[in-house]
Amino acid sequence: MDLSAINPILFIAGFLVAATPLIFAAIGELVVEKSGTLNLGVEGMMITGAICGFATAVETGSPLLGFAAAATGGALLSLLFAFLTQITLANQVASGLALTLFGLGLSALLGQSYVGIKPPRLPDINFGPLADIPVIGPILFTHDIILYLGFALVAATWAVLKFTRLGLILRAVGESHDAAHALGYKVVRIRTLAIMFGGACAGLGGAYISLIRVPQWTEGMTAGIGWIALALVVFASWKPWRLLLGAYLFGGITQLQLNLQGAGVAIPVEYLAMSPYLITIIVLVILSRDKSAAPACLGRTFHASS
Amino acid sequence: MKLTNLLTSAAIALGLATSAFADGHEKTKVGFVYVGPVGDGGWTYEHNKGRLAVEEEFGDAVETVFVESVAEGPDSERVMTQMALDGADLIFTTSFGYMDPTINVAKKFPNVKFEHATGYKRADNVSTYSARFYEGRAIQGHIAGKMTKSNIIGYIGSYPIPEVIRGINSAFIHARKANPDVQFKIVWAYTWFDPAKEADAAKVLIEQGADVVLQHTDSTAPQAAAQEAGNVVTFGQASDMSQYAPFPRVSSIIDDWAPYYIRRTKAVMDGTWESTDTWEGIGAGMVGIGEISDAVPADVKEEALALKASLADGSYHAFTGPLNKQDGTPFLAEGETADDGTLAGMNFYVEGIEGDIPQ
Repeated sequence: MDLSAINPILFIAGFLVAATPLIFAAIGELVVEKSGTLNLGVEGMMITGAICGFATAVETGSPLLGFAAAATGGALLSLLFAFLTQITLANQVASGLALTLFGLGLSALLGQSYVGIKPPRLPDINFGPLADIPVIGPILFTHDIILYLGFALVAATWAVLKFTRLGLILRAVGESHDAAHALGYKVVRIRTLAIMFGGACAGLGGAYISLIRVPQWTEGMTAGIGWIALALVVFASWKPWRLLLGAYLFGGITQLQLNLQGAGVAIPVEYLAMSPYLITIIVLVILSRDKSAAPACLGRTFHASS
Repeated sequence: MKLTNLLTSAAIALGLATSAFADGHEKTKVGFVYVGPVGDGGWTYEHNKGRLAVEEEFGDAVETVFVESVAEGPDSERVMTQMALDGADLIFTTSFGYMDPTINVAKKFPNVKFEHATGYKRADNVSTYSARFYEGRAIQGHIAGKMTKSNIIGYIGSYPIPEVIRGINSAFIHARKANPDVQFKIVWAYTWFDPAKEADAAKVLIEQGADVVLQHTDSTAPQAAAQEAGNVVTFGQASDMSQYAPFPRVSSIIDDWAPYYIRRTKAVMDGTWESTDTWEGIGAGMVGIGEISDAVPADVKEEALALKASLADGSYHAFTGPLNKQDGTPFLAEGETADDGTLAGMNFYVEGIEGDIPQ
């Protein structure tokens, strides 16, 4: 065993990167679920965002345009889900699963000619002297802008849900769509916008994997992160800061267990491999003892006549 | 009325077509079950190339079907059952974890032939086949030992099964021969295909000082991570991965399944198919060594090619004594070579590798 092989600074910087796709996908889904819709298509929207972002970044040479395209691609795909569930009143679970399958297939098709290409690198933000602060500098101030955007998005979502009229309306629609409708709010329109926001976030998360974390395009490369994001929303009891904590825990322990394996720590590898799932769930379950419940209308279809 | 006429003629045409098939011109249907997507650029990509070669060889006489990204375990049983029900005559199941499901499904469909890759359980209608990848690992180990400057070689393992452990041992033995100071850092990813996790594992190994990374997972993500890091050497796994040549990817192990798939499909067509156990290496062409790039010094390249030649003609075996097991007990005496039974069930590290194999 040689713990000195683990560089704590690189380790922490590494897990901030590993957690970012999860943060994007989960915060988007949190807003969708707060509005009372359950979209199980996160994985499909992520992978679609991954290829839209990758292809655009390669073609234009601009990673930022790539991220914009990823958000657009994810949002467009989510419109399909919005149409099925909000207009034709289809079952949300089935539509979400279909969206995942469709997204995986569509992305494989779109990505045919992008295998083995290296995407342009999004440069890290130059913080000047801040990056030279010992320890904190390399951990906090050597990342790309999208990573900070993820953090800002969590803060913004929390603030909007808690303090603004917009957040109140969104929550009202999610808790009781009939009451919101009676008050004159356009339930379908609000939900559709929330679904598109969720799609855009998932797309950004996917592109973060294909453009920064890996970086390359491979079919099916999200490999289940969308599902972990869905679980994270529930275990974080629909609270943005807990979600952030959960994502960092999950990303951090995933990185830590790989580091411990590399350093040859004498903990059986099976326990290390399951630890990210186990510890994240345990911590979040303990935190949610206060019985915060799901939005009351989560997963229920709404029609103005009923 | 017109519609009825149309339907009637359609029905007649269909009837004719069906009787033509019943006439003995029925297509041979070959199914493939894949553990990853066909575009993984590695393991599944090569199996799919084998499938396409079968189509090319037999044209209209065969029909091939495949299902990709099938999880190992019970779900694969459902996929195989569906394939058999849909009339497949021959089914290739291309991952170690499909072993028991293949045996179970084969029992239910005695007339369907099954071929399971990299496993060891056979039945009257189940063959096994694999390639001696460890021969390729020996060459990788040699190049890795010569090229590392930090003397730390990272290894991304998938699952602790004999197939993977054999590769680690073979690479280690030859890396140590080339460079007695070499150490292996082994990380188990517990997945065949998860690009983000594979990239993370490669990054962690690089952060911990490895300047050569060997992988036994299916995607090209570790190659991308090494490219990003700069001066880290990698090897293509299962497929050439030449998109990352000449550097970081300096060589590769290529699985060439096409001749085997064509041979076995032909056997089913001719009615000569029998349950067999096939295990071929560099000599028979099932294991190919991708071009060694110019990033490798000329003398090292020459040694690697000489090693390849001696493995191919059988004058040298990758597991030749004297070798001890990790705990110091003797494994092979001077000049002794490992037999296939030992290799197939290999569940121990050789002397010099640190760490335990997850049980």
